[in-house]
Amino acid sequence: MKYLTLSTLILCLSSPALADEFSEEDTDRWMEQFELVASEGRRLWTSPEIGTNGVVCAQCHPNAANTHPETYPKFQKQLGRVAQLWEMINWCIRNPLEGKDLAADDPRMIAMQAYAYKERRGVELQPGKH
Amino acid sequence: MKNIIVNNRRDFLRTTMSGVIAGMLPVSLVRLSYGKEGGPDFTFAYISDSHIQQIKGNQFVRNWDRGLIRAVAEANLLEPKPDFVVFGGDLAQLGSKPELDHGAEMLSKLNYKTYMVMGEHDYYLDLGEYWSKLYGKHYYSWDHKGVHFVTLNSILTYDDWTFNRWESDERRMNEMAGLDNPNGSPFMVGAKQMEWLKKDLARVSKSTPIVVFSHSPLQKIYKGWNFWTEEADEIQALLKPFDKVNVIYGHVHQIQYNQIGNIAFTSVMSTAWPWPYPESYAQAESHLPILTVPMNRADPFNERDATGWQFMNMHTGRVDLEFNLYNNSNRTIAFNEAKGHPEDTSFPDPANRILAQQHF
Ligand SMILES: [Fe+2]
Repeated sequence: MKYLTLSTLILCLSSPALADEFSEEDTDRWMEQFELVASEGRRLWTSPEIGTNGVVCAQCHPNAANTHPETYPKFQKQLGRVAQLWEMINWCIRNPLEGKDLAADDPRMIAMQAYAYKERRGVELQPGKH
Repeated sequence: MKNIIVNNRRDFLRTTMSGVIAGMLPVSLVRLSYGKEGGPDFTFAYISDSHIQQIKGNQFVRNWDRGLIRAVAEANLLEPKPDFVVFGGDLAQLGSKPELDHGAEMLSKLNYKTYMVMGEHDYYLDLGEYWSKLYGKHYYSWDHKGVHFVTLNSILTYDDWTFNRWESDERRMNEMAGLDNPNGSPFMVGAKQMEWLKKDLARVSKSTPIVVFSHSPLQKIYKGWNFWTEEADEIQALLKPFDKVNVIYGHVHQIQYNQIGNIAFTSVMSTAWPWPYPESYAQAESHLPILTVPMNRADPFNERDATGWQFMNMHTGRVDLEFNLYNNSNRTIAFNEAKGHPEDTSFPDPANRILAQQHF
């Protein structure tokens, strides 16, 4: 009896730790987290707080169109090297938005990229494409 | 009639049967000879979508200012002089008095009579009240050298959206200013203006060439970004009985052209910034006219790329457009009489398109 209880206890404790045992509940919850970040990205995309002159990303990129997230990383002749999407977002923040660069891991940068990728969902990955 | 246009970055040459004329100025307008078909022959310039945007006080977004200042300066260099200039709407970004005043001051440097079209960015703060003080009627018509011109205010929308939905005028303006804003509302001319248009056209003979200026396309391309006018079909039906109709529209910040029956449609560029083609939004279906050879894709590293203004040659009831692009090869969309539709004179064959014209 004592043995059985112990083994049940072990089963209960060890169950969540198994890497391959996640449920639909988990994936729903993770997706929900993504959606929260992507919608914060949409908010920032349409908010003057990213720049200093009132210009917003969506003014030139409605629905984040013409940002081509599926083509990064790719060579940018103006930079003379292969660059990532966040570097181009920073270019836009510095120039049309007259703002300051965000760090690559700034939650705002992650959110804006989440939004741009979300609007491009379903499109084939084509790194390097121009 | 041979008309070859060689486009380079800064200059272009036109060779016609009557001789070679080279443009020495940054911009040169040459009256093109189209043989002895007769009919009206004159030119006008078209500047649109400058989106003058106030930061605070007397500070405005420099980028958009530069686009408009350049269009005005270049239009003043046109030789021979155009008969008039049309401004195609969205002078301001958020319709405020300082923005409209600043834009109007820049436009006032034009040496020509200027006709104004209402854009949604000019309208939704005070429903066009201050704009009217500057420019008068929101829609009107006039005749010039045998052509009947009509300017519509095509950016109205449902009364419920305009009058009952928003807690402030600023909120209403902001909601309409976002091109992709799902809280926006489709553009329309409204019942009252449709009645006026019917009456206005009733007194014009069917053989008189018609030119209609509107801010939004009077055809349905993509509703999500208001590349759209609700009553497009009804307006087209009113225009159908006329032999030659030309519709010129702004709003889309890109090159589009189309032919529906006798109606030739051509868009104009923005002086401020380009917009993606709707097909590049992967989550929605859209209908760019198949005739259209797209503008060259904007190079994000160049501030003035894929922006510019237009000059137009009106001949035998049709409008040919020269897109004077600040950082791209100029484009000419001319009416091809044999084919019966507007056509890009450099890239008539889709097989000849250049890589930069592929949008995705
Ligand atoms: Fe516009």
